[in-house]
Amino acid sequence: MKPFTTIESHAAYLPATNIDTDIIFPARYLLLLDREGLGQYLFRDRRYEDDGTPVPDFVLNRAPFTDAKVLIAGSGFGCGSSREQAVWALTGHGICCVIAPSFGEIFASNSLKNGLLPLILSEELTADLGARAKIGAIFTIDLQNRVLKVDGEAVAPIDIPEDQRQALLNGWDETDILVKEEGERIAAFEQSHRAAQPWLFLETRL
Amino acid sequence: MADRTLYEKIWSSHVIRDYEDGSSLIYVDRHLLHEVSTPQSFLAMEEKGRTLHRRSANLAVPDHAVPTVDRHKPIADPLARAQTQRLIENVARHDIPFIPLDDLRQGIVHVVGPEQGFTLPGITLACGDSHTSTHGALGALAFGIGASECGIVMATQAIRQRRAKTMRVTVTGTRAPWITAKDIALTLIARIGANGASGHAIEYAGPVISAMSMAERMTLCNMSIESGARVGMIAPDETTFDYIAGRPLAPTGEMLERALAYWKTLHSDPGAVFDREVTIGVTGLAPVVTWGNSPEDVLPIDGCIPAPAAEPDATRRGRRERALSYMGLSAEAPIEGTPIDAVFIGSCTNGRLEDLRAAAAIATGRKVAPGVRAIVVPGSGLVGRQAEAEGLVEIFRTAGFEWRAAGCSMCVAMNGDRLEPGQRCASTSNRNFEGRQGAGGRTHLMSPAMAAAAAVTGCLTDVRKLVGAEA
Repeated sequence: MKPFTTIESHAAYLPATNIDTDIIFPARYLLLLDREGLGQYLFRDRRYEDDGTPVPDFVLNRAPFTDAKVLIAGSGFGCGSSREQAVWALTGHGICCVIAPSFGEIFASNSLKNGLLPLILSEELTADLGARAKIGAIFTIDLQNRVLKVDGEAVAPIDIPEDQRQALLNGWDETDILVKEEGERIAAFEQSHRAAQPWLFLETRL
Repeated sequence: MADRTLYEKIWSSHVIRDYEDGSSLIYVDRHLLHEVSTPQSFLAMEEKGRTLHRRSANLAVPDHAVPTVDRHKPIADPLARAQTQRLIENVARHDIPFIPLDDLRQGIVHVVGPEQGFTLPGITLACGDSHTSTHGALGALAFGIGASECGIVMATQAIRQRRAKTMRVTVTGTRAPWITAKDIALTLIARIGANGASGHAIEYAGPVISAMSMAERMTLCNMSIESGARVGMIAPDETTFDYIAGRPLAPTGEMLERALAYWKTLHSDPGAVFDREVTIGVTGLAPVVTWGNSPEDVLPIDGCIPAPAAEPDATRRGRRERALSYMGLSAEAPIEGTPIDAVFIGSCTNGRLEDLRAAAAIATGRKVAPGVRAIVVPGSGLVGRQAEAEGLVEIFRTAGFEWRAAGCSMCVAMNGDRLEPGQRCASTSNRNFEGRQGAGGRTHLMSPAMAAAAAVTGCLTDVRKLVGAEA
């Protein structure tokens, strides 16, 4: 995972609530086997007409938001399906941070595995930031110093658990950490768990 | 020890360690795999040279992308064929227990897991699918994860998570005929919202739940994610134990006795405190359908579509307006009588034998309305075989329903079973999102009996009137 560096960018505002992962990444593209190159399918059915023509008033099709690295949305962003492709499509498009009052839990968890910061702010603040985003404000996501700035002015602390912050800043791979640091604990737990609930450790013969 | 909730009991029995930041490393007993969410997980695991932690903790079956017709032929869609083939190769390389497409036991992961006895009370179970909450119906702590986490689980059998808050949903009252677990689930989501249980693990309790079959409990737990809860669960009881006994992968003999002694301790203690309590009274409840593009957009079948103007919040008003436009509906019009083009009976929500029996009861002696395409997709091959044995398949075919092979089918519309733009569908699936059943398709969620009633009348119909009219 690529380390998270300070972002300075316009922010694209999608005020709708409950933008689900089917909207972010329609299911028909789940047949693709890759993690790369999925940015072109981001918000496919809202961003493009059936024939591939860009929908002119969709925010990501309008300057200066076409290459915004920050997305601001209503509550429940990423609810629905567990598809990690929703995250890969966002990062593939260049989005590094999504700000919303709440997130689908699996989506938020997937984001952190891919260097995408899901930032939870209050409904009021999100709406206020959305209004400023619309008129072209520049957002600074300074994860190192835990601060969100708009046009250079600090507007909110970036309040995420320290383990998640460190993982993002360092680009850590969680499996690496678990294998290196927790392997013995996992093995020890498994041994006592097996003694307590041996029926969970029968060999599967189909 | 202080009184604990069911969730806390299972959680704490799986904690490998707690971290200072409030997260925990928990052990994952079981992992279900399907073809769509795991190709990248295997890649991630293998590119680092890691190996599978424990083979028998896993069970794989193709379900999302598989065709429900012409199953004797190679899969026609090259992408779906490649994805299914990739799963076959991946599981073979790691010796993962696998149920192939031509096996009678094949079906939707969330139907197959319980059916095979792979899902058991008291376990942690993960799968790269949000409807993994289904397995909580057996008293398991089951949750959906993403592809990266599938790779982590395969390599370590562990996952780092924060303990959820707890919400108890107590269901009381007396259900009228035709009021199903689906109606109760949608009523709950309407009450608390599509994000209402975010961050919580739901435990369903109360007399209505105790009286439910396992199939109904699975429907209810399945829909938990549509209220934002990653986990839904029900304390195991005699209904659960009877269901498990004799399943192929369930323990037997002395091992089963030991397991039962433990499973009987898996309930919330009388003094356990939940972070949130919600009570749903079902007395007087009418069958419900959804009208919009969120599972919280729920109406009794005799209700009228809400007017956006009545919604004070501008964002929510905008969402309602958009939904009305997408769904091609008018504010304040009655939902009953809305003409439909298609019917889908199936999915991990409502693709079990009891669901098919309910739909067949309505289809008996009736015909699918002209111009309506109705398909019935069993949740597994075994469900299909039993439906055949009971004469349900014959009833559906006679009535003009298409009978299909098992899979996710038109719930996620990845396999060619999909709506055309603008088509309206009465569906027993779990999501009415824009484009969920095909780009431009319009989904109304409801119970199997209500979907069957819509099939035979050609419009959204109150099943009680349909049956009452002939009684």
